[in-house]
Amino acid sequence: MTATSFRRKTVSTARRWWRQLTSMRTALVLLLILALAAVPGSLLPQRNLNIEQVRGYFADNPELAPILDRLWAFDVYASPWFAAIYLLLFTSLIGCLLPRLRDFVHTLRKPPPQPPARMDILPQHQHVDEQVDADHAAAVLRKNRFRVSVLRRDTDVVVSAEKGFLREAGNLLFHFSLIGLLIGMAYGSLHGWYGNRILVAGETGAFCNSLQQYDEYGLGANVTPSDLAPFCLQLDDFTAVFLDTGQPTRFTADIQYGQDGQAPHEPYRLEVNHPLELDGASVFLLGHGYAPVISYTDRYGVTQVSTTPFLADDAMLTSTGAAVFPDANVDPETGEADPNAQIAFEGIFMPTVPDDPPFTTSISPDLDNPGLMLVGYRGDTGLDDGQPQSVYSVSPEQIADGSLDIVDVDPTVLSIGESWELDDGTEVTFEGVLPYATLQVREDPGEILVLVFAITVLMGIVPALTVKRRRIWVRVGPDGTSLGGLTRTEYDGFDEEFHQLADIIAGRERQPEKMGSLTP
Amino acid sequence: MTADAGLAAASNATFVAAIILYAVAMFGYAVEYAFGRKNRLEQPARQPVTVGGPPDVSESPDESDENDHEQNNLNTNLTPAQAVLTGRVATVAMVLGALAHIASVLLRGLAANRWPWGNMFEFIVAVCLAGVIAWIVVVARKLVARRLGLFTMLTTVIMLGVATRVYTEAGPLVPALDSYWIAIHVLAAIVAFGIFMVGFVTAVLHLIKRRWVLLTERKKRISFPFTLGQRLPLAETLERITWRLHVLAFPLWTFGVIAGAVWARESWGRYWGWDPKEVWSFVAWVVYAAYLHSRATGAAGRRWAPWIAIVGWAVVLFNLFGVNLVLGGLHSYAGV
Repeated sequence: MTATSFRRKTVSTARRWWRQLTSMRTALVLLLILALAAVPGSLLPQRNLNIEQVRGYFADNPELAPILDRLWAFDVYASPWFAAIYLLLFTSLIGCLLPRLRDFVHTLRKPPPQPPARMDILPQHQHVDEQVDADHAAAVLRKNRFRVSVLRRDTDVVVSAEKGFLREAGNLLFHFSLIGLLIGMAYGSLHGWYGNRILVAGETGAFCNSLQQYDEYGLGANVTPSDLAPFCLQLDDFTAVFLDTGQPTRFTADIQYGQDGQAPHEPYRLEVNHPLELDGASVFLLGHGYAPVISYTDRYGVTQVSTTPFLADDAMLTSTGAAVFPDANVDPETGEADPNAQIAFEGIFMPTVPDDPPFTTSISPDLDNPGLMLVGYRGDTGLDDGQPQSVYSVSPEQIADGSLDIVDVDPTVLSIGESWELDDGTEVTFEGVLPYATLQVREDPGEILVLVFAITVLMGIVPALTVKRRRIWVRVGPDGTSLGGLTRTEYDGFDEEFHQLADIIAGRERQPEKMGSLTP
Repeated sequence: MTADAGLAAASNATFVAAIILYAVAMFGYAVEYAFGRKNRLEQPARQPVTVGGPPDVSESPDESDENDHEQNNLNTNLTPAQAVLTGRVATVAMVLGALAHIASVLLRGLAANRWPWGNMFEFIVAVCLAGVIAWIVVVARKLVARRLGLFTMLTTVIMLGVATRVYTEAGPLVPALDSYWIAIHVLAAIVAFGIFMVGFVTAVLHLIKRRWVLLTERKKRISFPFTLGQRLPLAETLERITWRLHVLAFPLWTFGVIAGAVWARESWGRYWGWDPKEVWSFVAWVVYAAYLHSRATGAAGRRWAPWIAIVGWAVVLFNLFGVNLVLGGLHSYAGV
């Protein structure tokens, strides 16, 4: 095979594939595949939504989960195969749009096409014996917002008129806007960042905007940690109003903020649906909960305090969490730690303990009768190994491998101020409760692009679906006047419109005020 | 701040009245459907479809008093005239039902002192109202014979019956919903879903009719539900109405999703986060977009299009029930 024939073959194959890709049928199939591909992300837990649920899925399905994970099943919307589908779709779209745009521009620059030789082959046609005034006909059509061209020949005059260009214009605007949306989203994810933070009330809970301070964060590829604006936030008070049913009706977080590295001092009332805008970033109130204050007095009489947020398990804010004391039972004389005498507690916090047993589920999300039930573990908490651990639970691995032993004392429900003595004489006390707010801080510079293109999507879709493209011709010749009409898009009202216009042109009816250009 | 018990009770009473009236309309239309005259559109001699305006003259056989001669094989004591009368009664019942329905929605809003679509129950009720109004408009414009209301009423009664399974007392909103966007985003979704619902009904009827025509041509035995096809309008007519309904609903749904994204940005910090409700809204949007494209893709695409519309409605239903009751996510609120 010669080089040229090979090249020709390659080019023709590529052409064929390109035509195939940019055909409407392919686009249609890709659309349906895209719809199908989006589904698993709603059925399986997703890392971007709830990482805890993904961990839970791994724990429940140790065999299946790693296999699914290799298929990006827990990151569906960031997966290469999902991207492949929509990128193919958008390629197909661009391949379809560019020629259409070229054709459209071409059509706009050309006068409306000439009529067929015989008008009576058209679905809409009329003939009158007298010769109407072609200029009048052109004027009538122009008045009805047709683009009109008049061609005078030896034997006859032809008026060609066309309207409904907004349909294709809207169509192109709609589809190009979809590409714009994708660009806006990509820009936002490259240049944006977000962080989630549980902010416990009080000065000690305050934090300043840097990645280490977030419980979870995402950083766009073009953002470095030092790009984050230096502001600080502190929660002073959190108020939640509940109905008797436990349904919340109002959350307010009274916060203070400081910009440009200043300590929090400006008060602000943060509410759901009312974010705080700070240096290009926005602070959103997403949720709330309780952080029990737990103190532990060890064998040497040293007391340490833990204020750890407990995560809600139900709408009544029955919450679970942990308090870990890796520095417990360190001899204050020698500074020597007993690696097997560290202590950790796991437990349930109930804002309102029920009056009757079982004391395991809160009956109201309001702090009416707060109670804490703990289980103690003694041994090696595993925190010294530097292994990352969830702050919301005691390491299940350490319990499983026997490093942590359960403290064999029947747990009781503690009220605020109550203490619980363990088997070695040490004591744990439920000191109090602090509210916390779950905040999200987010900066997305692509947002505005996305909004603009979303608006142009809407501006495009309406004319693309409702405007009808149609043509009307008038030929004035020696044997009278023939009129013809053709609509290229389904348009139930065209017959009526055509005959009405024809009557006006033929002088059988007076010009109405204006005829609708959209659907009847 | 709790709900006004008197108004809430009145809202429930009018809700029940609406269901009963719709059921009455359904039975009335069923009688008209079974015993009324056969649609003249059945006759093969008809103006070509390409010319067709809405089949205005030929498509309103309800009031005609022409005789019909196909009743002979039906062992019945109802004359076509009586059937027409029953159809009129059904229409009155449907309109009264819609008025009761509107009253119910308004009263609930007054009882809770907020927009009356703050939970799943209220949402379904409002979607049905939008659907019934859309249907009344379709019938009033004489796009189809009113007796097809049988199928719309059936769908509505089923949907309203399902709504009672997720009944929620009138009450205030959860904080996330307390925003003026609820008027914009949820209303757009309600109207779009209502119209999609009617579009689903006409799409199913179109497929039944098409199958009926096919079986009749092949002289095959026709069994239920395709026997219904005998009294349906032309398949083309049904297909065109299906198209027009979807063309109306799709931009509304697009707007609803965009408004939802704007609200999500204010409420949850991001305009799109692949929350289950967002995923299924996206899927519904893509499927309906596929419907619109399919219809423009030659004869084969046009044949498949009604099926895609039906899949679209299935996705909408899953978005409503599956996501709220099974999958959960950010769109699940107290009282579903």
